[in-house]
Amino acid sequence: MAISLNKEKLRTQECEKLQEVSGTNVYSCYQCGNCTAGCPCVDAMDIPPHEVIRLAQFGQIEKILDSNTMWICASCVTCSVRCPRSVDISGVMEALRQIALQNGNEDVTKLGELSSEELEELPQIAVISNFRKLTS
Amino acid sequence: MKKIGVFLCHCGINISATVDIEKAMEALKDYPGVAHIEDYKYMCSDPGQQLIKKKIKDLGLDGVVVCACSPTLHENTFRLTVKAAGMNEYKMEMANIREQCSWVHKDKTVATEKAIKIIKSVIEKARLDEALDPIEVDITRKAMVIGAGVAGIQTALNIANSGYEVILVEREPSIGGKMAQLSETFPTLDCSQCILTPKMVEVSNHPKIKLMTYSEVVDVSGFVGNFKVKVKRKATGLDWDVCNGCGLCTEKCPKKLPSEFDQGLGERKAIYRPFPQAVPNRVVIDFENCTYMQSGKCGICQKVCPVKAIDFDKEDKFVEEEVGAIICATGFETYSVKDIPEFGGGKLPDVVDGLTFERILSASGPTGGEVRRPSDGKVPKDIVFLECVCSRDPEHYLPYCSKVCCMYTVKHAMLYKHRVHDGQPYVFYMDMRTGGKGYEEFYQRAAEEDKVVFIRGKVSKLYQDDDKIVVCGVDTLSNETIEIRADMVVLATAIVPSKGIRELTKLLKIQIDQHGFLSEAHPKLRPVESLTAGVYLAGCAQSPRDIPDTVSQASGAASMVCTLFANEKLKHEPIIVGVNEDICSGCGICTVVCPYDARKTNLEKKLVEVNEVLCEGCGACAAACPSGAAQQNNYTDNQINAMIKAILGKGG
Ligand SMILES: Cc1cc2nc3c(=O)[nH]c(=O)nc-3n(C[C@H](O)[C@H](O)[C@H](O)COP(=O)(O)OP(=O)(O)OC[C@H]3O[C@@H](n4cnc5c(N)ncnc54)[C@H](O)[C@@H]3O)c2cc1C
Ligand code: SF4
Ligand code: SF4
Ligand code: SF4
Repeated sequence: MAISLNKEKLRTQECEKLQEVSGTNVYSCYQCGNCTAGCPCVDAMDIPPHEVIRLAQFGQIEKILDSNTMWICASCVTCSVRCPRSVDISGVMEALRQIALQNGNEDVTKLGELSSEELEELPQIAVISNFRKLTS
Repeated sequence: MKKIGVFLCHCGINISATVDIEKAMEALKDYPGVAHIEDYKYMCSDPGQQLIKKKIKDLGLDGVVVCACSPTLHENTFRLTVKAAGMNEYKMEMANIREQCSWVHKDKTVATEKAIKIIKSVIEKARLDEALDPIEVDITRKAMVIGAGVAGIQTALNIANSGYEVILVEREPSIGGKMAQLSETFPTLDCSQCILTPKMVEVSNHPKIKLMTYSEVVDVSGFVGNFKVKVKRKATGLDWDVCNGCGLCTEKCPKKLPSEFDQGLGERKAIYRPFPQAVPNRVVIDFENCTYMQSGKCGICQKVCPVKAIDFDKEDKFVEEEVGAIICATGFETYSVKDIPEFGGGKLPDVVDGLTFERILSASGPTGGEVRRPSDGKVPKDIVFLECVCSRDPEHYLPYCSKVCCMYTVKHAMLYKHRVHDGQPYVFYMDMRTGGKGYEEFYQRAAEEDKVVFIRGKVSKLYQDDDKIVVCGVDTLSNETIEIRADMVVLATAIVPSKGIRELTKLLKIQIDQHGFLSEAHPKLRPVESLTAGVYLAGCAQSPRDIPDTVSQASGAASMVCTLFANEKLKHEPIIVGVNEDICSGCGICTVVCPYDARKTNLEKKLVEVNEVLCEGCGACAAACPSGAAQQNNYTDNQINAMIKAILGKGG
């Protein structure tokens, strides 16, 4: 299915929020691919980092949130450090995690109620994001 | 017998790897006429040249054969070398044993044998060479510039400011070219009119510049320093010397027509001035559409003209001008949307080309600078720009990159956003080519600050659906197909040469490439000269380029003209074909074959006469002459015969 673009779909609230929370301008990205090239986790991601930014430019936040990418991201910040356009990709990843956690849920990760097996499975980064979600 | 020095060059290993230099020297050292033979690694280098000079002086040589590369490359170099040693430069000959021997052979034995034959034949030629002196010609220190876009304007001003007279010929009623139509210019966004019109006024006020607008070159004869040009001054229907440009006639004329200057979006009258800032500030009558010219009724303009300038005279006038140099600056056009069926073929009113969008953006344009679409005057909120339309598409359209469209599309998207804050511009591109000072930064600013969305991919189709234009493309970076329901689409159509370029270049005897752009004498080292001496190139007529490049090249062409004019006399190669009056029967066969009109039969004297300056030394006449009266200097029949014999192994 073709992405159908218009100015409303591009400038969605989610997209504005993503930029606000991450403090980065996704339109600075010129799709060089450096972020993806250096990412240690890219092989396990549904959507590689540069494409996350691309989809954000098209306002396709839903599509990104449907992927596993931001949960796989290790927050190593390699991408943000190397980006020639100073796009804070890892900041975008963190913002995506927070948006996902905030979306319609008061508290999805009732940590105390999780079994030890579940805790084993849960990416640590999700736990950290969960702690941070209401502070940023 | 002549004392000839033979100098063999290794050209690094270019020659010596394939030609056995030592063996060649051995075979040649006793050849008749050879007084000295020597080799060196790089003969064209300073030590190499010194070596030749020294031997000329020490041994009193009166002929030199340099066995090296093609004369196209270094004939001039070595002519200067021998001249510096006091020898006549036309007694220096080059034996080309590189391009014609070492570069085209692998077998050393064969190559060496061939090199020896080549050198022997050139020694034969050198033995019969005579001392020659360049022919001197006067120069008319006046230039003609054809085309008065920014290229022609700049060239004319530079030459005129150096003190020489200039005739500036422009086909349209006003000077200015395409730049006059532009809104604001990348990368600084200064208004095109504001930077161009002062130059236009300077041209019209310059005491050294004679402006001929609404005029075309119809005939060119002569040669560098001495051209004769016939110019057609198209009938305007009025006397420009009387007209004061008040414009009352254009106000009162009842006949409305689409304005070419506004790309058909605005209106003009049948008597019109292309745009208010036109230079010269004069009107012309469009005879084909004037009611009076068609039916004899109306004549309102004539009645209202306060100075009685209008005479409806339809007679074109012709003038002859003598000039020493010609600059061709005829500019460009853009590929017509009508010829692009996949993008509506010009039938969709809201699919426009870049120049039309310039008029829409322009403060002096049909919408006063407000972005409104042509069909219904609505402000477009989703607007799509397509790059590389007809450029870089060798299968269907043109193979080359039009160079300026990436940048002007970024500019268009940016200016649109500055006018329509809540609108969204999208740009479909294949590659963004933003090479130039401040250009990449300009592009990044459009993305970062103006939130222009750049989509990497070519659009395959677009169609009208209600009041939207549906654009179907792909983003190859995310592998997503993209559909945009746009309010308006702007096509960056390819830059093509201006109409009539083929006819004009035939008159000027200069070459064009397969697309109709002017060919330069050398792509790197002689970019502003044509291969015809005295004819120079400037601007988009040569290839697509932006204003900074156009202006630099125009100044380059002007400086070449000034260099030419700085000569006391022009020097013409003396290797021409004369006439031996004792033998010539006046048959005139040679006059027919001469491509340069250098030979004329004098029927009274029953002789052919030669204009030495026109003769380019091609030798066609010498070959055609049945009596041997036409002999080319230093390429006489005797010399050619001796060379052939040497090559066949019968010389010496
Ligand atoms: C949509 C668009 C936007 C652009 N925006 C920019 C920009 O923002 N910045 C920038 O740097 N560049 C821009 N450019 C490029 C710029 O327009 C050109 O670099 C410049 O106009 C070239 O000038 P020129 O004199 O070579 O050609 P032209 O402007 O085409 O002038 C040629 C002149 O020669 C005349 N002529 C043609 N044939 C004959 C003949 N046989 N006899 C007599 N006269 C003749 C024509 O009538 C014309 O007046 C843009 C181009 C386009 C298409
Ligand atoms: S490194 Fe930066 S500019 Fe390059 S693709 Fe990633 S986000 Fe975009
Ligand atoms: S911060 Fe995340 S997206 Fe960026 S390189 Fe590290 S793992 Fe990849
Ligand atoms: S300048 Fe850009 S848009 Fe124009 S043909 Fe070249 S690549 Fe395509």
